[in-house]
Amino acid sequence: MARQQGPGQQCFHCGLPVPKEFDYLVPVLGEQRTMCCHGCAAVAQAIVAGGLEAFYQHRTAPSRKAEDLVPDELRQMELYDQRRLQQGFVEGESAAVRSASLILEGITCAACVWLSERHANALPGVLEFSVNYSTHRARVRWDDARIQLSAILKAIATIGYIAHPFDPGRQEQVLKKEKALALRRLAVAGLGSMQVMTLAVPLYGGADGNMMHFLRFISLLLATVVVFYASRTFFIAAWRDLKGWRVGMDVPVALAIGGAYAASVWSTFRGGGEIYFDSVCMFTLFLLTSRFLEMGARHRAGQAAENLVKMLPATAIRLREGEHEAVAVADLAPGDLVLVRPGDTVPVDGCLVEGASSVDESLMTGESMPRPKGVGDGLVGGSVNVESPLVMRVEKVGEDTLVSSIVRLLDRALAEKPAIARLADQVAGWFVGAILLLATGVALWWAAHAPEQAFMITLSVLVVTCPCALSLATPAALTAATGALTQRGLLITRGHALETLARVSHILLDKTGTLTLGRLRLERVIPLRGLDEERALALAAALEARSEHPVARLLAEVGGGTLRAEQVSARPGHGVEGEIEGVRYRIGSPRFVSELSGSPVDDTGAEGRTRIVLGDETGPLAWFELADSLRPDAAETLAKLSAMGMQVRILSGDAIGAVAAVARALGVEHYSAGMGPEDKLAEVRELQRQGAVVLMIGDGVNDAPVLAGSQVSLAVGGGAQLAHASADMVLLSERLENIVGGIHMARRTVRVVRQNIAWSIAYNLAAVPLAAAGYIEPWMAAIGMSLSSLVVVVNALRLKN
Amino acid sequence: MSVLYVLIPVGLLFLAGAIWAFAWSVRSGQFDDLEGPAHRILMDDDDPNIPEDARVRPKQTPVEKPPE
Repeated sequence: MARQQGPGQQCFHCGLPVPKEFDYLVPVLGEQRTMCCHGCAAVAQAIVAGGLEAFYQHRTAPSRKAEDLVPDELRQMELYDQRRLQQGFVEGESAAVRSASLILEGITCAACVWLSERHANALPGVLEFSVNYSTHRARVRWDDARIQLSAILKAIATIGYIAHPFDPGRQEQVLKKEKALALRRLAVAGLGSMQVMTLAVPLYGGADGNMMHFLRFISLLLATVVVFYASRTFFIAAWRDLKGWRVGMDVPVALAIGGAYAASVWSTFRGGGEIYFDSVCMFTLFLLTSRFLEMGARHRAGQAAENLVKMLPATAIRLREGEHEAVAVADLAPGDLVLVRPGDTVPVDGCLVEGASSVDESLMTGESMPRPKGVGDGLVGGSVNVESPLVMRVEKVGEDTLVSSIVRLLDRALAEKPAIARLADQVAGWFVGAILLLATGVALWWAAHAPEQAFMITLSVLVVTCPCALSLATPAALTAATGALTQRGLLITRGHALETLARVSHILLDKTGTLTLGRLRLERVIPLRGLDEERALALAAALEARSEHPVARLLAEVGGGTLRAEQVSARPGHGVEGEIEGVRYRIGSPRFVSELSGSPVDDTGAEGRTRIVLGDETGPLAWFELADSLRPDAAETLAKLSAMGMQVRILSGDAIGAVAAVARALGVEHYSAGMGPEDKLAEVRELQRQGAVVLMIGDGVNDAPVLAGSQVSLAVGGGAQLAHASADMVLLSERLENIVGGIHMARRTVRVVRQNIAWSIAYNLAAVPLAAAGYIEPWMAAIGMSLSSLVVVVNALRLKN
Repeated sequence: MSVLYVLIPVGLLFLAGAIWAFAWSVRSGQFDDLEGPAHRILMDDDDPNIPEDARVRPKQTPVEKPPE
């Protein structure tokens, strides 16, 4: 039952505003729910039909807007059934059973994982489908005789998630191995420590004679395993440091463990003296634990970059002697000819040799308005062909493509250490050197005064000090914060970004694409010469019915269906011509349309809006004004940012009218219009001269010099902004409110780092004198040191939330 | 107390078994996803296990519509 929608309704499925003309309702959980488009409605119906309505009760975040799958995309899924293509990512376990790794797009919360698992597992022939909550990677096992992979992919698509085949790649394997190794070491150290500590109880309790020797030897055996297997990393790292004439954090650790172990072995064989096996094992265990936690945070941050590589398609259509063959992208070589159909993604970098079309290069430029391409133009792998089929000659593949180099840049940027971490490393170096000197001094002093205690005290001094807070916890805080922000959609690509973000005083924003959605909306239809609006829309929709251009799709959806156009031809970048009911019409840019009638078309009164015109041989018939809509969370975000004490300004290249309107709508006082990149840069410099710390938020492309010139910069938009090494952060989630969260997180991070450093200094100042004076036994020192480093790492991990 | 000379080596054997079991669980990928299990327990996943005759279809209870 249809119901008139009031303005401002939200789609039940994805949360985006519902357009006025769309009034489709779907019954979910006992009530009719509004939907914003056919895609969301179809997905909601599929979920209800599958008996999985509980998804809507359990989810904690709105779902992604569901796009209708273009028939081409469905056909492409069928390509995945071919054995040759499956080689890259499918393993055959037995004759019919196969397994594959997939990556799922569109997962927004835990309920999405539950939904996709339930739905996929219910398919006949699917043996196992499980999704990893943190990485959104799925593992599917199916019986190839009963179901094909493409059917599984299509089924997942009906509930709104796109599954891509995923080749884990080397980096992933390396990380996985590192983690497995660390876990094994942790297990050995933990289990070994437990045994040694159990055995230590009777030893402390006064076992003597043969029993004592027996227990000591068993402890030695256990400690040997722990020291030579679990602690090996420390020795290797310390040796590496010493060989390079550096003293790192691992040197005192290695000295302490090695020294205590050796002394204990000596005591055991001698039959008397102290043994420190329990301290050694415990020390190892605690250190390994803190390192493991830090490694986990680091891996999670790195995985965000991995996920972005999935943008490149896995299959392509190669042309060989006129024959089309579907091949894996990995098999393409420079010189191959590839067919790129409308709607397909360009697989690798290349040069256009046949055809003319427009291409959505939002991967590189951030603009989803397609750019016209003709013979001889370059095509970038990852861009989407919009209008007509293209033949491309492959030029760069694999690691050489633009997207791969971007991902490499990202990796490198993440590996950069911010100033504070580098300073911390240096200080830690000095610190360790000082400790070694002090330990030597203490050893000599006590050897002179009370030799039997000298070794024990020296050991305590070596063990109790903790430079870890400086070397370990600052990076741990940064990676924990980066990982947490990445999960929310704010990708940090430069090491210094978080620190600087905490100090920001002025925020400069671009208008188009940043504060606005970059998506067009039909704002007004101005019919001329007595034509009525409906007819104008119907004519426009008929002409644009088969075009994939975003403007065309918009018009087709609004006015479509009633009329049909014949002899439609498109000139990319200009418009479409066709014949309706015997009359020739053109729609597109004013110049293109005026060619038909021979008289120039008046384009004044534009006021910075995008306008296209419909005309026939007698002249213009109607204008269509398209406007960009403001992001729904823009006003609230800017208000919160001002409330946090930062000055917000809008800088835009658009005309003053449009910019003023936006500024008024958002409650921003300072705005400037008609600014080119040099003007924007000049304003940034002026503010910086006055001592401001500037955050520039833009869409990456033409703002590149300004982004580079500000102390910290943020690029807004989807996969687009990867292309911009000039931005320090990328807002992948397209929700501006994440910026507020980002700044809060940055401030918290700086606070936590300061807390950690303060704790470290306080602890060392207190502990070292006590140890030197002989009040701390080695086991106390082990506990103290380990707890101190654990405290620091756990404090850093608080930032994960 | 001399039984300890036997029991402690036996304990060590158990330890070896425990280490092997842990290594096996790491290898079989049980430690890959440390966050998932926390979410999974909150989801109702036992519907397939409920026998047919005991199933109850959720009733579509009409919800109060706000006055137009």
